[in-house]
Amino acid sequence: MGLEAKLTQDGFVTTTIDAVVAWARKSSVWPMPMGISCCAIEMIAAADPKYDISRFGSEVMRFTPRQCDLMIVAGTVTYKMAQVVKRIYDQMPDPKWVIAMGACTSSGGMYRSYSVVQGIDQFLPVDVYTAGCPPRPENLLNALITIQEKIGKTRARDFQDIIQPKTEIANN
Amino acid sequence: MEVKELIIKKVKEGFGETNVEVVDALGDLSFTVSKDKLVEFAKFLKTNSDLEFIMCKDVTAIDWATRKKRFTTVYHLYSFKLNFNLRVKANLDEEPYQVDSVSSIWESANWYERETFDMYGIDFKNHPDLRRMYMPEGFQYYPLRKDFPVLGIPGSLPLPQKPE
Repeated sequence: MGLEAKLTQDGFVTTTIDAVVAWARKSSVWPMPMGISCCAIEMIAAADPKYDISRFGSEVMRFTPRQCDLMIVAGTVTYKMAQVVKRIYDQMPDPKWVIAMGACTSSGGMYRSYSVVQGIDQFLPVDVYTAGCPPRPENLLNALITIQEKIGKTRARDFQDIIQPKTEIANN
Repeated sequence: MEVKELIIKKVKEGFGETNVEVVDALGDLSFTVSKDKLVEFAKFLKTNSDLEFIMCKDVTAIDWATRKKRFTTVYHLYSFKLNFNLRVKANLDEEPYQVDSVSSIWESANWYERETFDMYGIDFKNHPDLRRMYMPEGFQYYPLRKDFPVLGIPGSLPLPQKPE
C-alpha cells in the first residue's frame, strides 16, 4: 500500500508524534565517521555504490560532530586517542548512538597491550558491537539496521532525562 | 680492498685500536665503544673524509634484563660515500642509565633519542629537548623495559569518565 492509494481513500493518516519522530530519526541516521585505523577502509567501502549505505539513509557522513547522531568508532583506540574520541562524542547533540566497529574497538582485539584501551565501552556507552577484523561492509550495514530498529522503538519520554544546555541571554 | 676491511682499518688508524671493539657477525659490521667515548667516535665517523657516515638512520636500545650492563644503545649509521650500513653500540651499566646525546652531531638523532628515552628511560645528556614522545606527559613508566608488564599498569593511563 503506497501513499498514493491512501490519498485516494481518505486523504489523511493517523499516528502519534512519537512514532513519526522515531521514524524520521531512524530513517536518516547521520554517522560521525570516527575512522582511526583499518576498519575505516571498510566503513568507506560501505559508502561506495556496491554496498551503498545511502539505501538506509546514512550516506551523510559529516566530519563535524555537531550534525551527527551516530558515532561509528572504526579502529584501534589507544589511551591517548580515547581522550579525543570522548571529546568528539561530547560534542554530538543528544540523542546519540555508538557503533563499536571491529574487534579492536569492542575488546582491544589483537592489541592486548599497554597502549590500547581494551574495549571502548570502558568510557563510551556502546549500542552495537560489530565483530570482524575488520568487519565486512555488510556487517556494518547490519549494525546500522540494528541501530535503526533500536531508534525506531524510542519514544520521547526516553529522552526526558537529557539535560538541556542552558542558554544565557545577556541582559543589556 | 673490501669496504668492510677499509672501514675497520680506517677506524683503527684514526681512533685507536684499543678504543673500539669490532664485531662482524652475519655480514653486518658493528663497533662497540665505551659510553664516554661515544660522542668523540661519532664525530670521527662523520667527519673522517674516507668514511663520511653523515646519516643517522635510527637510535634504539636493548634491554638485556639480567645482564650486569643492562642497557645497550644502538646507533644505525649510513655512509653515502661507501654505500654502507654501520652500527655503533655503547653499553650502559650503572643507574641512572646515562649516555651523551649525539644529536649535536646528527640532527636526526634528536627525535630518535626522545623515542628511546620514552620507551627505555635512558637519559641522554645534553639533549636539547628530552620529552616523552608516544606516551602522555606525566606517565611514570618505560614500556619497553623488560620489567614492564605487557598489559601496562592499571590506572597509570587516564581514561575519560563514562557518561551515564
